[in-house]
Amino acid sequence: MLDEFLNQFLPSTVGGLVVGSIYALVALGYTMVYGVLRLINFAHSEIFMIGTFTSLVVITAIAPASPLTGFALFGVMLLLILLSAAISGGAAMLLEVVAYRPLRKKGATRLTALISAIGASLFLQELFALVVIPWLTGKAGRNQQSSPRLVDRDTVFTIGNAAVRTDHIIVVVAAVVMMVALDRLVNRTRIGRGIRATAQDPEAAVLMGVSIDNIVRVTFLLGGAMAGVAGALYLMEFENTVYNVGFVLGIKAFTAAVLGGIGNLRGALVGGVVLGLIENWGAIFLGSEWKDVIAFTVLVVVLMFRPTGILGESLQKARA
Amino acid sequence: MKGNGVTGNANPLRRVGALVDGARDWWEHAKAWQRYLVYLGAVVFALILPAPAIGSFMSPGADWTSVLIYPIGTYILLAVGLNVVVGQAGLLDLGFVAFFAIGGYSVAYFGTQYGWNYWATVAFGIILAAVSGVILGAPTLRLRGDYLAIVTLGFGEIVRITANNTDEIGGARGITNVPHPTDIPGVVEFGLLPAPYYYLILIAIVLVIIFSVRLQKSRVGRAWAAIREDEDAAELMGVPTFKFKLLAFAIGAMIGGLAGGIYAGKAVFIEPNTFPFILSATILAAVVLGGAGNLPGVILGAFVIAWLPERFREVNWLKDVLDRDPAEYRILLFGGVLVLMMALRPEGLLPSRRRRAELHEGTGGMGTMGAEVAGPDTDVTTTEAAK
Repeated sequence: MLDEFLNQFLPSTVGGLVVGSIYALVALGYTMVYGVLRLINFAHSEIFMIGTFTSLVVITAIAPASPLTGFALFGVMLLLILLSAAISGGAAMLLEVVAYRPLRKKGATRLTALISAIGASLFLQELFALVVIPWLTGKAGRNQQSSPRLVDRDTVFTIGNAAVRTDHIIVVVAAVVMMVALDRLVNRTRIGRGIRATAQDPEAAVLMGVSIDNIVRVTFLLGGAMAGVAGALYLMEFENTVYNVGFVLGIKAFTAAVLGGIGNLRGALVGGVVLGLIENWGAIFLGSEWKDVIAFTVLVVVLMFRPTGILGESLQKARA
Repeated sequence: MKGNGVTGNANPLRRVGALVDGARDWWEHAKAWQRYLVYLGAVVFALILPAPAIGSFMSPGADWTSVLIYPIGTYILLAVGLNVVVGQAGLLDLGFVAFFAIGGYSVAYFGTQYGWNYWATVAFGIILAAVSGVILGAPTLRLRGDYLAIVTLGFGEIVRITANNTDEIGGARGITNVPHPTDIPGVVEFGLLPAPYYYLILIAIVLVIIFSVRLQKSRVGRAWAAIREDEDAAELMGVPTFKFKLLAFAIGAMIGGLAGGIYAGKAVFIEPNTFPFILSATILAAVVLGGAGNLPGVILGAFVIAWLPERFREVNWLKDVLDRDPAEYRILLFGGVLVLMMALRPEGLLPSRRRRAELHEGTGGMGTMGAEVAGPDTDVTTTEAAK
């Protein structure tokens, strides 16, 4: 057992970092919306799903005869990421307008908002399964849809017995770049200051002239765009998607957000990577069919012992 | 505060509310014998419900009695159980199907592997569900309400995946040849005919309803209402909130376990995919649609959500228009209905009055979503009341 663990430790670590980066990107959306509205945006997983399908359509349209390299690869990846981010961001904004804004204006309870979010999530999944996916791909909406290979699985370098491939590097680098950009945006710009102010004290923010509606819109846009990027990277890495791909991944990303400290952008990164690693290391002992159970158990344990997460809740101040 | 059900709002659902209010006023001032007459009428109605004359309209394609057992009866039983948790105690449970699964699996497993008596396996399933409810609740019920929702969702998935990965209980293939309920000599024989199962589930529903109503009117029910409205205030008034929340969880779980036991005895075959997340969401939709906290509403909601897709399956012109089984659209519809309901009438079709007042005040245990974030055109009094 120990031999097996040591043997698989490094490859699992690489896999954990890759999947953890994707969790982290999705977790950003949960964390930002929770920070500003104190709402678990349950339909965020569907925003991610929309990102994967946007990328699927783009890759299928480009249909590279052989996996790309060099500049062509860079250009296509950039296009993929930008388009997915735009579509997912737009979908997230639309979601906010349809499902949450009417409730917000009425001052509805958070339970009400969460149920609305669940409704929106089911609606979007089924809309894709029944209408959108058959229309986009011409195949049955509930089947796995696979995409052509975009990136060659070349080993770039090895650490011990772990091969680090091109696609691994693309995922991790793209995720880190996006996260640094978002971190700059939130901490350095005027709109970011508005987001932080709203998260801290919405009333005072309004009094200081912050337009809450704008801030909420931008929050959903940014969170959605990050989920879109995650969708593009996910499709490139795993090369298939399905209408409910976001369900389990969404819960895990939420777990990552809680693990790192919900409302904390850097926490999302830490939480995503830690969750990805724990899940992959645990799978060495128990088998990969137990991965989801491991992740959900981590969520319960974290909430039991440190509900504020590893880095604490920082976008907002902790309130009862 | 606004909205007493009759305010001049262009919301068509309000008219339903006005009608219901009239019936409810009558009920509140009804004499004891009048109430018992209504109870009697309801029971008689339930007894003759499987009649073919009713079935030919309600379910022309499938056997009506079977439809009454599953999904209708089972959904009602589950919804009454979930109502204890969501409606009465105000805790959002997204993994309720886990308890249904535990009840079903204990009947299937102990019945096939150890040959236990059916009734013993049902009782054991109920206990097992209650214990797992406590095990899940003990660490998590101290959390904020929306965290609880996600943890329960995770728990539901853990149970399903565990059943899927454990060969001892059949793995992904599930358990076949689950024994039927033990016959009661001279009274009833449980075979392939659906009728005995219908009366079994009817008895279960009636007992659970009586239990639930008695609870609601007891000290426990008042404690739950206090927790739902304002947990901090309840705690300060000396209500041991944690204990009562745990109790609500355990009781809800027991009812879920009971439903699972009855289901397994009828279905003969269960597998992990009998218990997907979507079933939890469906039952939640039933409770919310009907009016969380109000039993007639919850039963109505469960009935509608269980019956409508079955009925639409039989509508031929709809089948032609959509080019596929209309029942496939049910989840799409639930999702849309949940969003719409929350925007227009979050208290449900037949709400409890108390619950409606809470929702319009913007309390309800979890504080207001971005109450402080509301725009300038927000109803100011609503925001104030939320403090």
